[in-house]
Amino acid sequence: MGEAIVTDVVIVGAGPAGLFAVFELGLLDIKSHLIDILAKPGGQCAELYPEKPIYDIPGYPRVNGQELVDNLLAQIEPFHPTFHFGEMVERLEVLGTPEAPSFRVHTSGGEIFESKVVIVAAGGGSFQPKKPPIEGIEAFERKSVFYAVRKMEDFRDKHVVIVGGGDSALDWTLNLHPIAKRITLVHRRDDFRAAPHSVNSMRELVAAGHMDLRLGQIVSLRGEAGELSAVVLKGSDGEAEIACERLVPFFGLTMKLGPIADWGLNLHENLIPVDTEKFETNVSGIFAIGDINTYPGKLKLILSGFHEGALAAQKVHRYVYPDKRLSFQYTTSSSSLQKKLGVN
Amino acid sequence: MVKITFIDSFGQHRTVEAEEGTTVMENAIRNGIPEIVAECGGGCACATCHVYVDEAFLEKTGKPSEKEEDMLDFAYKVQPNSRLSCQIKVRPELDGMTVTTPDRQG
Ligand SMILES: Cc1cc2nc3c(=O)[nH]c(=O)nc-3n(C[C@H](O)[C@H](O)[C@H](O)COP(=O)(O)OP(=O)(O)OC[C@H]3O[C@@H](n4cnc5c(N)ncnc54)[C@H](O)[C@@H]3O)c2cc1C
Ligand code: FES
Repeated sequence: MGEAIVTDVVIVGAGPAGLFAVFELGLLDIKSHLIDILAKPGGQCAELYPEKPIYDIPGYPRVNGQELVDNLLAQIEPFHPTFHFGEMVERLEVLGTPEAPSFRVHTSGGEIFESKVVIVAAGGGSFQPKKPPIEGIEAFERKSVFYAVRKMEDFRDKHVVIVGGGDSALDWTLNLHPIAKRITLVHRRDDFRAAPHSVNSMRELVAAGHMDLRLGQIVSLRGEAGELSAVVLKGSDGEAEIACERLVPFFGLTMKLGPIADWGLNLHENLIPVDTEKFETNVSGIFAIGDINTYPGKLKLILSGFHEGALAAQKVHRYVYPDKRLSFQYTTSSSSLQKKLGVN
Repeated sequence: MVKITFIDSFGQHRTVEAEEGTTVMENAIRNGIPEIVAECGGGCACATCHVYVDEAFLEKTGKPSEKEEDMLDFAYKVQPNSRLSCQIKVRPELDGMTVTTPDRQG
């Protein structure tokens, strides 16, 4: 574990709300680090609908989810935000006082941040692997059922069943093939949405008899004390057992509130209540913007998250620079703002 | 108005009046039909609006798009007549259609 990263603001979540907050903070000379469990920025826009057009972003009659994210990234570039991807924010320690708050933030990767302010821009929660709805699967989790491959060694010389038709399923089929005893890929249909070259490599292995491909859905598990002995596959021709010791289902991602529930914040139906002046939570110095917050009249729109970030930044400024007065400025006419943006 | 009947996993029937051009999912949510979650609000991004379409209407509802097929991979107990109800547009030909909901959504 290294030294703590010291910064003004830690932003939890790199969705559109978190990204635009960097801009509003940056104009006020406030530095931020963004942490997201996903491997890329953009939250729901990038993960759930990168190619779908959005029609209600002011000033854009039509913009795709990914285009919006790319534009936001270009817009905040002058402020050099630091991103930490693939990390879950797990624990938050409140240091300092309500008047002069400070926090220590811990991530799943063992990183520690020290900041004056935390902005929770966690959307619908963190993206986490979806569990296939198979009765009793919990008993096998982390022993013989895994939703991600963390240690390849767990799969050495094992008969592994991988479920799914996307890139994760195909990539791990190919990666684990050399070390596993046998790989069986299970998919609902004989059509894969993974990259064509991985699908071709998989089909070659199947044709050469080096692995198996089975069509259908896994309906139940067999085994004892968390150790899997077989899975039951339901295909078009009825049920069949596949003997195996490991099951790795790739069922896509779903959003779960996750560790945020343990940070001492008031919650209302998994949302964080805030005031509508500063978007601050019940804990001084912790703000919540975007889909994760709630207040009378809240709309879960990208537009709302932008507005909330702009207003929150004003109060954040008071925590970060308690002695400085903030004067209102326009980007069109303020030479000092333009200098920060690198356009003057 | 187009009549659509939802049958839940306990066998209870609920018939709703659906407006043309809306989606079957929207009518389920508007009428508080249980067993339809629709977490993503019709974005074809969650597979929690899964229904089984009455065989007699399967052809009239058309084929699922590639994107819908991809999402169906994540649904529970998928059958050949499985559809995501947010991807079925209500049209006059669907009058009298019944759809059954699975006992769980993802
Ligand atoms: C299909 C679909 C279509 C939509 N269409 C529109 C539209 O047309 N117009 C519109 O305005 N809105 C639309 N929305 C809603 C819009 O996408 C959301 O309002 C927006 O993404 C919310 O942004 P956010 O930054 O608050 O959160 P998100 O985009 O949800 O991002 C939150 C991020 O925080 C991360 N995170 C959460 N907790 C943690 C943690 N503990 N540690 C690390 N990371 C964490 C998550 O992984 C996620 O990446 C649509 C949504 C969907 C699903
Ligand atoms: S509502 Fe999410 S896929 Fe239909």
